[in-house]
Amino acid sequence: MLEIRDLHAAVDGTPILKGISLTVNAGEVHAVMGPNGSGKSTLAQVLAGHPAYEITGGEILYHGENLAEMDAEVRAQQGVFLAFQYPVEIPGVSNAYFLRAAYNAKRKAKGLDEVDPMEFLDLVEEQLKLVDMDPAMLHRSVNAGFSGGEKKRNEILQMAVLTPTLAILDETDSGLDIDALRIVANGVNALKRPDNAAIVVTHYQRLLNYIVPDYVHVLAGGRIVKSGGKELALELEARGYDWLLEAVA
Amino acid sequence: MSATIDQLVNREYQYGFSTDIEAETLPPGLSEETVRFISAKKQEPEWLLEWRLKAYRRWLTMKEPHWPNVTYEPIDYQASSYYSAPKSIKGVGSLDEVDPKLLETYAKLGISLNEQKRMNGVAVDAVFDSVSVGTSFREELAKEGIIFCSFGEAVREHGDLVRQYLGTVIPYSDNFFAALNSAVFSDGSFCYIPKGVKCPMELSTYFRINQATTGQFERTLIVADEGSYVSYLEGCTAPKRDTNQLHAAVVEIIALDSATVKYSTVQNWYAGDENGLGGIYNFVTKRGKAMKNAKISWTQVETGSAITWKYPSVILQGDNSVGEFYSVAVASKMQQADTGTKMIHIGRNTKSNIVSKGISAMKGQNSYRGKVHILPKAEGARNYTQCDSMLVGNECGAHTFPYIEVQNNSAILEHEASTSKIGEDQIFYLKQRGLDAEQAVSMIVSGFCKEVFKELPMEFALEAQQLLGITLEGSVG
Ligand SMILES: Nc1ncnc2c1ncn2[C@@H]1O[C@H](COP(=O)(O)OP(=O)(O)OP(=O)(O)O)[C@@H](O)[C@H]1O
Ligand SMILES: [Mg+2]
Repeated sequence: MLEIRDLHAAVDGTPILKGISLTVNAGEVHAVMGPNGSGKSTLAQVLAGHPAYEITGGEILYHGENLAEMDAEVRAQQGVFLAFQYPVEIPGVSNAYFLRAAYNAKRKAKGLDEVDPMEFLDLVEEQLKLVDMDPAMLHRSVNAGFSGGEKKRNEILQMAVLTPTLAILDETDSGLDIDALRIVANGVNALKRPDNAAIVVTHYQRLLNYIVPDYVHVLAGGRIVKSGGKELALELEARGYDWLLEAVA
Repeated sequence: MSATIDQLVNREYQYGFSTDIEAETLPPGLSEETVRFISAKKQEPEWLLEWRLKAYRRWLTMKEPHWPNVTYEPIDYQASSYYSAPKSIKGVGSLDEVDPKLLETYAKLGISLNEQKRMNGVAVDAVFDSVSVGTSFREELAKEGIIFCSFGEAVREHGDLVRQYLGTVIPYSDNFFAALNSAVFSDGSFCYIPKGVKCPMELSTYFRINQATTGQFERTLIVADEGSYVSYLEGCTAPKRDTNQLHAAVVEIIALDSATVKYSTVQNWYAGDENGLGGIYNFVTKRGKAMKNAKISWTQVETGSAITWKYPSVILQGDNSVGEFYSVAVASKMQQADTGTKMIHIGRNTKSNIVSKGISAMKGQNSYRGKVHILPKAEGARNYTQCDSMLVGNECGAHTFPYIEVQNNSAILEHEASTSKIGEDQIFYLKQRGLDAEQAVSMIVSGFCKEVFKELPMEFALEAQQLLGITLEGSVG
């Protein structure tokens, strides 16, 4: 589904990603870990198509197509979803209106009819339960004044509504209390299907107790310095990153 | 008005066409003769001609104001034509015999003058250059005793009413542009709502400038008698031309005891191009006087014009009267807007509410200018002002000029202001959810303007929202 080959990327002329290769197949969950500033969010933003990041080398194939050539909204319409590390506030725009616009944009791209507000409310009700969110949140402005945890839950709600093919979760577990963590993880698991995949960026092994990864990758200095199975996360938890960084240096 | 965003997105200014119609147009120039010609053309009574002439003589002694935060080449008032009317308009007020070419023009503008096809219950007075084409739903309104017709017709048919109220809120000497308007005003609308009557439909005036060198100087007078209610809409467009055209309008509102008048504008005059070529110079004086327990509410969405100079105001004359001003002003391309309001608190327990949303994009310059004046006798007066600016891009500007004068210590005034920038991150967030750049900007901007849009009648709110999307199209990468 996703094939990243020797990817280099820079922001404001500063090289951040320095040769990343990663293959993600349908049905797989990949965890990406690594120290602060190692380039995890950069990788996520590059995949989603943030204009501030420039691809300086390598390539990204998504279902065999050159992802770099697609506009951000086209990637989204084709099933790439990024749960942001820092979700953005849109004052004055209701969550319900925003969600429906996003849902309809995707439908329209597929040549399907748009759904009206009533239909949409029915549809979203199910997903609200999945993330255990108060329906009143639908009528508040997008993320405006939401607590950190509420913002993260709202990202998962959007993911549930948009049913992505490739979901990239950037530290969705940070700032969540234990219950919220379980709810978010359950949400992610419930959406898992044989034909979709997820890249889960996290600092904490405990999330991986709930969302069990098929592979764990460690990013450091803009490169993947180690890949392994789910037990790698446990090892990192016990030993930290130093031993890996030393090995690379 | 029902066109979808998609249809609109690829069009720059969809009202930029002109109508090829045989017109009687006065050659450019302004003198007492011009004033007399206009008055005679309209078969006006002597008192009105005298009033016009006084205004003209006063105007000659006045200087064009240069305190607004706008710059433009000096205006040559002799280069404009002050009267132009399609030959086919007879000025009878009824729409039965209107030239099909004119009906077609309005249909193209999305304004159906056909009463059967008209969107649910909005009566329209259609003003084309210097004259009214006709007014719809006249008979139906007349059943309630409501008078809704062109200004010219009102002068002929309801001269006493016009004479009683004309210039009582905005005297001809008020300011340079009001004086000019008083001298040469062409047509406009007149509306009278009798005591205790709630007007059963929205009333509206649609202004269209067609002729290339004609200025438009319309005048609207609304009188809401005791305990009555009316909601009034105003729309305006003009062809796309390389030269600047002058528009100096006056709107006067009188809300007698316990009356409510809601006046909404979607101003979409041609704005000129990215290089500042062409566009309308929009110098407008709008003011209402609210008597005891009366309420006047101005809502405006200003997206067009090369230059906007406009301060819809309320004189809170009577005790417990309320004045409101809700505004969205967009300055994109090379547009310059200097707009705001004046709330003059005279009566006791008077209340005013100001919500201004300024959006600047490309090389646009947007200024909010507002005055709140609490006079000595305005015991218990209150004002709330909220003034927000949004910037799209780095080359535009937002400015605020609030003036506050308080002469009574019991007054309570609150003022809030903010400036925000549409961030790349906001746009990216929405794009990541599948929306394209235009949808994203239009969503962010609509959210920003929400408090104003909710004051507009439904159809107008949708139109305004679409308009913003189009106006700002191309201002983000
Ligand atoms: N505009 C910029 N100019 C220069 N460097 C930048 C810019 N934006 C980000 N960086 C740098 O890129 C590096 C990678 O950042 P990134 O956000 O991808 O890290 P991360 O792995 O997600 O970290 P964290 O775990 O803290 O979220 C950091 O060192 C950051 O300072
Ligand atoms: Mg990060």
